[in-house]
Amino acid sequence: MSAEAALSHPAPHRDDVASRMGMWIFLLTELFLFGGIFVAYAAYRALHREAFHHAGAELDAVLGVANTAVLLTSSLTVALGVHAFRRGRDREAPCWLGLTVLLAFAFLVVKGIEWVTKYQHGLFPGQPRLGGLPAGERLFFGLYFAATGLHALHVVAGAVLLGVTCALVARGRVRPDAPSVLENAGIYWHLVDTIWIVILPLFYLAA
Amino acid sequence: MDTARARERAETGAGTLVGVWATLLALTGVLVAANHYAPGNPGIVAVMVITPVKAALVGWHFMHLREEGRAVRIMLFAAMAVVVVFIGLMMLDYGFR
Repeated sequence: MSAEAALSHPAPHRDDVASRMGMWIFLLTELFLFGGIFVAYAAYRALHREAFHHAGAELDAVLGVANTAVLLTSSLTVALGVHAFRRGRDREAPCWLGLTVLLAFAFLVVKGIEWVTKYQHGLFPGQPRLGGLPAGERLFFGLYFAATGLHALHVVAGAVLLGVTCALVARGRVRPDAPSVLENAGIYWHLVDTIWIVILPLFYLAA
Repeated sequence: MDTARARERAETGAGTLVGVWATLLALTGVLVAANHYAPGNPGIVAVMVITPVKAALVGWHFMHLREEGRAVRIMLFAAMAVVVVFIGLMMLDYGFR
């Protein structure tokens, strides 16, 4: 390219460090979003220990643990995708990302089964049985639906983000020498996984 | 040494990633067993020890924190500390009412 052409068509600006820093700052806001729910959980659990124990027994720990295995595996597939991409294996990376999107879908199916069961048991918000429970149990289920619902929205957002990134990588729009887009999508997915790591013991195991 | 080369040197290998995943699954199993066979305070202690370890493993290896500079690590640590202080102060408030 001649000097004149380079001046008229400058290379697009890229700052990988700023890109990652921006992503981390965004993730910290997410941490505080869920942190509020966890603080509320700690406060109400201190006030209604017995009620939280009874309400927690209504949840299906097997489904919760199964979903944990699904999300942990999806974190591995994203990490392997980023690893392959950084090493220039840009045909392998979309396979890992596609597998991750499938695992996200599996997570949502299990979560859907769980919520439908709660609806059938009359424990869904607005149902008479839930309204008749003691205050502590109502608070538990309110926090449970808020935490898992907000988390499920993040799973949907993460799956869409990874799906779009997968398409960009497959079409060569993201290159191995500039992997920030893929890395940031991966970091977001790992945050979704980390939040679930906290939700599992609070609601399914130790309540 | 530039930042890119420093990150490359710190990058987690594929074998380690699989090892971290297996460790995370094993820790989940320990957590489930602890709360099943020793419910109550022992189970809660297991939650308070194992859950941060799992989150740290994901952050350090999967989220590439080990490759990041001091600024990101300090920023994250400060934010986590604020959440822990919030929960701690609130529990003290309820504990001494």
